[in-house]
Amino acid sequence: MKTKLSDALLSTSTWIIFAFIYLPIAVLVVFSFNQERINAVWTGFTFDWYIRLFNDSSMHAAIWNSLVVGVASTIIATVLGTLLAYGMHKYRFPGKMLLQSIVYLPIIIPEIVMAVAMLSFYVWIQLTLGTVSIIIAHVSFNISFVAVVVMARLAGLDPELESAARDLGATPWQAFRKVTLPLITPGIIAGALLAFTLSWDDFLIAFFTAGVGSTTLPMRVYSMIKFGVSPEINAISTLMLLFSMILIFVALRIQGIYSAAGVERASRK
Amino acid sequence: MKRFDSLKWGSLSPATFWLVFLFTVPLLVIFVYSFYERGTHGELIPAFTFENYLRAIDPLYAGTLWRSIRIALISTLITLGLGYPVAWYIAQQSATKKQLFLFLLIIPFWTNFLVRTYAWIFILRTEGLMNTTLMQLGLIQEPLQILFTETAVIIGLVYTYLPFMILPIYVSIEKLDKSLVDAAIDLGANAWNRFRKVILPLTWPGIAAGCILVFVPSIGAFITPDLLGGARTLMVGNLIQIQFLAARDWPFGAALAFIVMGIVLLLMVIYAWINQRNTGERGGVL
Repeated sequence: MKTKLSDALLSTSTWIIFAFIYLPIAVLVVFSFNQERINAVWTGFTFDWYIRLFNDSSMHAAIWNSLVVGVASTIIATVLGTLLAYGMHKYRFPGKMLLQSIVYLPIIIPEIVMAVAMLSFYVWIQLTLGTVSIIIAHVSFNISFVAVVVMARLAGLDPELESAARDLGATPWQAFRKVTLPLITPGIIAGALLAFTLSWDDFLIAFFTAGVGSTTLPMRVYSMIKFGVSPEINAISTLMLLFSMILIFVALRIQGIYSAAGVERASRK
Repeated sequence: MKRFDSLKWGSLSPATFWLVFLFTVPLLVIFVYSFYERGTHGELIPAFTFENYLRAIDPLYAGTLWRSIRIALISTLITLGLGYPVAWYIAQQSATKKQLFLFLLIIPFWTNFLVRTYAWIFILRTEGLMNTTLMQLGLIQEPLQILFTETAVIIGLVYTYLPFMILPIYVSIEKLDKSLVDAAIDLGANAWNRFRKVILPLTWPGIAAGCILVFVPSIGAFITPDLLGGARTLMVGNLIQIQFLAARDWPFGAALAFIVMGIVLLLMVIYAWINQRNTGERGGVL
């Protein structure tokens, strides 16, 4: 009897917590279709705020900047991070522990510290602040995230596979490219998606390292929020949520395809 | 003679070069700046002074530092209190349900931080959803002033970092050997004693990891106190931003950044130490 009561309590509190996590987002989405501008009272359905967004040229520029920064930093960080993960996984070398600590540093240090460090450094080397400086800053933290995700994938790999390829006459590069690389592709894609999301969502680092004309979407949203609450922010928030959902869906699909291919390969044996 | 391994060098050097020169060097730059002096027009004057660090504990600024620690600590404790039962509940579910719950916990990670924070402005402000609804229901006459207070900042931090607490605790509960709990039941331990003497010590690594994952971003928070807090709820993150972008006192801002980093690294060391001691102990017992 007593366990029944505690179970009911546990399940109720869990549902309340999930409501706490999702209700604010749901409310945001619902009110993006509300006619009323100032008060949080439902007065009628409208697409007005979305239409305004589509006609806002500064919004177009911000989205474009975010895409450029996101794609460029993701490509660079994915290549460098994957290679790093492979090297760290395969080789022993002096200073490996130190390198490992440096790899984890961007993941653990507070964002604000990273932001002011990047700003100070770029000013010191007299790099003009703009799209390029944001990309460099984003690559600097994304390398670590990609490396950690790919390393997890490498850890689950059979080390004998590469030696088998070497025994069959493959060079180390060939063994890497033809054996290991295809096997860790799901990890690389997961790392790249994570890197793109982190870049796309980043406000703070961009806020410190951006220059004139390189305003990203989160920076634009931030200045809208600072200016005051408006249904347009609800609308852009809804679109950003939708975009995140699409990314998650793509991530799951890719994982699904790969695990299905894995099953097929296993069953063919 | 060792042969030159091009794969080894080719894989390791580009990222190492990048992380050393474009990540570690910038940190060293602000470390050096933290000992500099500020000129009358905000220029950096090379020096070796501890003045900037001393200013951080000056009563004028110590309040902000202390408030940051307090807010981060309260948020961590609230997420722990809310998160532990949820983690426990999820761990008791069937495999499919577990997956669904975990998926629902991970989705917020993929959604924008600003959007999630803005949602609370929308709800908490004077003309916001909460006040409008409560007034329509006749429960309150005057709108409640929650936005721009410390409460709003704590709500925002708890909201954002709750999944960070639930996930590691869930992992440690999953690893828990259920037969130990059964043994405690057989030995006549009541629910409270089972929790306090068996479950809590065994899930301690998850609790510690969760607390670190919530406390670290909370103490360095900028967006949450900036948007949900007011002038009287300034946290150290806001103070650093002001020094760099408004007051042009980079040496002081750099010193503040290093104090935050010092706190974070200290916590990491304590965490590693606890972990090591825990595994050491268990190794000794087994």
